[in-house]
Amino acid sequence: MSASLTSLAYLVAAVLFILALRGLSSPVTSRQGNRFGTIGMGIAIVATLLHHGMSGWGFALIAAGIALGGGIGTALALRIQMTALPQLVAGFHSLVGLAAVFVAAAALNAPEAFNLGTPGHIHPQSLVEMSLGLAIGAITFTGSLIAFAKLQALMPGAPLQFPGQHKLNLGLAILLAVLVVLFVMSGGSQILFWLIALVALGLGFLIILPIGGADMPVVVSMLNSYSGWAAAGIGFTIQNLALIITGSLVGASGAILSYIMCKGMNRSIFNVLLGGFGTDTATAGPGGPVGDRTVKSGNAEDAAFIMKNASKLIVVPGYGMAVAQAQHALREMADTLKREGVTVKYAIHPVAGRMPGHMNVLLAEAHVPYDEVFELDEINNEFSTADVVYVIGANDVTNPAAKTDKTSAIYGMPILDVEKAATVLFVKRSMASGYAGVDNELFFRPNTMMLFGDAKKMTEEIVQALGH
Amino acid sequence: MNPNQLADEANRLAERAHQLAEHVQSLATTVNAVAPEVEPFVFLLAVFLMACFVGYYVVWNVTPALHSPLMAVTNAISSVIVVGAMLATGLATSPWAIGFGFVAVTLASINIFGGFVVTQRMLSMFKKKG
Repeated sequence: MSASLTSLAYLVAAVLFILALRGLSSPVTSRQGNRFGTIGMGIAIVATLLHHGMSGWGFALIAAGIALGGGIGTALALRIQMTALPQLVAGFHSLVGLAAVFVAAAALNAPEAFNLGTPGHIHPQSLVEMSLGLAIGAITFTGSLIAFAKLQALMPGAPLQFPGQHKLNLGLAILLAVLVVLFVMSGGSQILFWLIALVALGLGFLIILPIGGADMPVVVSMLNSYSGWAAAGIGFTIQNLALIITGSLVGASGAILSYIMCKGMNRSIFNVLLGGFGTDTATAGPGGPVGDRTVKSGNAEDAAFIMKNASKLIVVPGYGMAVAQAQHALREMADTLKREGVTVKYAIHPVAGRMPGHMNVLLAEAHVPYDEVFELDEINNEFSTADVVYVIGANDVTNPAAKTDKTSAIYGMPILDVEKAATVLFVKRSMASGYAGVDNELFFRPNTMMLFGDAKKMTEEIVQALGH
Repeated sequence: MNPNQLADEANRLAERAHQLAEHVQSLATTVNAVAPEVEPFVFLLAVFLMACFVGYYVVWNVTPALHSPLMAVTNAISSVIVVGAMLATGLATSPWAIGFGFVAVTLASINIFGGFVVTQRMLSMFKKKG
């Protein structure tokens, strides 16, 4: 295959990737989009296999690598539970990062294969690009590993902080820059290359460590962006159009998702990155002990009665619903109510769940039709016309303190205006506060009824009570 | 103007043209010497910047309900880095480079297959009413 033909094939692949993302503008076109993406990847791989000068041994090794990796990847993807999706994605990000490190290492050892010069005499510009790909890849690798460990609860989700942390990170970043300059001047020294890798690996580890478990959605999006920039860096090194285009698409995508997440919490990306926000274990909030105020609580029969007599019910699901695996029971409840003539809608907050769009996937898994599920902007005006709101596994995203209490940690965060509904049914295990460690004013409102218990059990009981 | 004067003028012009041609040639040689160093990078940078813009507009068009599949599929497509890994494995003579390339091919393949399959699984669950 001639060089121009190969480049052309890469370009076609890149266009197909763009179409894959374009397809995601609606669930209807999304599946075709995914097919475009798969075809694009196939074209890129075949074009590379037909590359002039490919050795027979190399061919066999590549086939073995693809078969091995493909088998592992497919098995993982087929077995993963949808609640564990964020961990899977974080794990995948780490692999892109590590792959970038290894491709950079291969390019350093065989620059002639990519027209970068000869070992020890690599073009300075290629070395700059190589070290960018290497450093971003290494940061993505360890950063994603930490995110994975936090999401998988292999390590405490609480932010790990120590004095001088930010200074240490800054020092390492400067060291990294110095090493890159030395590396470029050396013409491609092996020792300096691995030193850069080592410092970048440490930096990735230290950057993510102080960020709390509650902020992991932002981190996962950010690492998504990093993995794209790493790919683009390698694309510049080996002068490959498909890599550059795809890398920038992915980089832009991750950056936009991080921005949306941050906006959903009314925090700046720096605030998130500097860390220390949010804890895993619920602690008593600043609002004082709960005992001095009274809450109205009810049982499943009360809830069923109120729901049956409603004409419009809005469900506000949160990550707690996923943890309790209550989504199927919830859909059953909705089906029963719909048969009684009740309109049921779902309201999703941008930061509900553990990654962007996580809640939508979990509801779709429980066969909730996607046209009953609405985003915050679409549905927030409707709460005032709703008879009942069923809050299940969500907390902070419904807290009116975000609008009224300037001292609150979540002040300014856009919330779902559930308090405007006639009745709010709030499923909760106990009176503990949410991720942000803030008391929810909503519990004490006269139109709120607390349903204490496990989200799944409570929902199942309501379904039973509705049947009578 | 008599014919002699005209001939002189023509001669002068021809000489000037010759000088200019030589000048252009020397410039072209200089440009040629510099061009291979600059051009591919500027071209790649242009592609990179355009792709950033395309990415920006395409991603803002993605419906928030599909943000999880978006992350999974971007994960899969960023593994097009496999191309670099394959070239290293297939073209390099250094055993180290081949080894690194092979590991990278395997890692990227986990991502490609895993990413597309999990995206497909997610998307197949999104159904309309009824």
